[in-house]
Amino acid sequence: MTGPPAPDARRDWPLWEVFVRARRGLAHTHAGSLHAPDAHLALHHARDLYTRRGEGVSLWVVPAAAITATSPDEKDPFFDPAADKPYRHPAFFALPEGAEHL
Amino acid sequence: MDKDEHPLAPPGAGELLAEVEAAHTALRTAHRTTPPTATGTGAAGTPHGHGTAPDEAGLRAHFEKVIADDRKIEPRDWMPDAYRRTLVRQIAQHAHSEIVGMQPEANWLTRAPSLARKTILLAKVQDEAGHGLYLYAAAETLGVHRADLLDALHEGRQRYLSFINYPTLTWADTGALAWLTDGAAIVNQVPLCRSSYGPYARAMVRVCKEESFHHRQGFDSLWALTHGTPAQRQMAQEAVDRWWYPALAMFGPPHHASVHSEQSMAWRIKRFTNDELRQRFVDICVPQAELLGLTPPDAHLRWNDDRGHYDFTPPDFDELTRVIKGDGPCNRQRLAHRRRAHDEGAWVREAAAAHAAKHRTPHHGPHPAATTAPATVDEAAADEAAA
Repeated sequence: MTGPPAPDARRDWPLWEVFVRARRGLAHTHAGSLHAPDAHLALHHARDLYTRRGEGVSLWVVPAAAITATSPDEKDPFFDPAADKPYRHPAFFALPEGAEHL
Repeated sequence: MDKDEHPLAPPGAGELLAEVEAAHTALRTAHRTTPPTATGTGAAGTPHGHGTAPDEAGLRAHFEKVIADDRKIEPRDWMPDAYRRTLVRQIAQHAHSEIVGMQPEANWLTRAPSLARKTILLAKVQDEAGHGLYLYAAAETLGVHRADLLDALHEGRQRYLSFINYPTLTWADTGALAWLTDGAAIVNQVPLCRSSYGPYARAMVRVCKEESFHHRQGFDSLWALTHGTPAQRQMAQEAVDRWWYPALAMFGPPHHASVHSEQSMAWRIKRFTNDELRQRFVDICVPQAELLGLTPPDAHLRWNDDRGHYDFTPPDFDELTRVIKGDGPCNRQRLAHRRRAHDEGAWVREAAAAHAAKHRTPHHGPHPAATTAPATVDEAAADEAAA
């Protein structure tokens, strides 16, 4: 998600991650990445790159280097605590015939 | 046409778009953990490697399981080096094609026959730049840098699609190019929306949705010409004569001669053979040509009821090889133009970096609610300016 290691800054601008709110009432969603020299131009590039057809009403740009991510894949024990707690889902509980509004 | 009732009848453009939508939906709904039932064991997800770091055999097994289950590989997952290399080569070639592919049509921007056609063509060329940028970004998730990919393009170490090396001699060529080569690109790219590599699949969904505008405006442009004067009709026919085979050649060499196909198909980076896609393209294209009143330049083109497909003369693969190797009509011109554009843009990139370095105070975007969105300037910009 954070992309490659920091590029050689003399050869390319820093990498930014772009988040687009498609319309009011929705959360910003990751749309992709781009290179830009600063936040101001990152927003302009994001507009030109990810909202050419009115796909968004609001944009966030975040330096890719500022994102902290979990480790590589889902096999990580980091997510284990949730793996053995099926009772957190309502479907875990069998209901007797006739139980309603439950 | 009776072939529409044939069980093997090819899908039209609408069906291709529906496939893009289906792939998009699949991307959004895949991986969702199935809620466990009352009898569930809690093993809702995939088996987890507890504690110890798995060795390479374990990682490879996990990778192959993800592919076999038709799920997506994501950037920081373990992947075989050859998978990474193949993807970089494929995505970079695709990105380069979008960027260099702006040139044949850009030639006609200032000479478009009307303001409407000019603005449409401008929007299309701008889209190609955008597609290149989505794709370079997808390639970068594999650990390469855009600057290095551009170097490889400029030095001829990486390629772009061969058709871009043909000239657009008349206005009708911009229409024929869009109708045929963008049409071929869509047939090629729609299956890539289901590529096993997540960032590439996501980029391709965007690309395909936008590409269908390119395709349709090309058809519309030819429609206008074929409903115009005899001279305009002739211009359209001659352009189709020029672009038919470069478009057919876009699908690459026949499957038996394609060096990368087998492994790429096993990895679900590629999902159909070159020959299957080429056939699909011809099947889609011929009825459209009939609507336009234009004739593809192939005396052997005819519907084959037994096969449920059109028979056609394949492109000249020796010519394709020559053009890929640099000996097409415009190879040197395209690459020289690309290098010049890059060099002449250097001062803009440097000025923007210098400006960024000078204004390293936190910048607040136009959306004050974005409190979780740090918009400060990266330190790297200062290094860039100092260089």
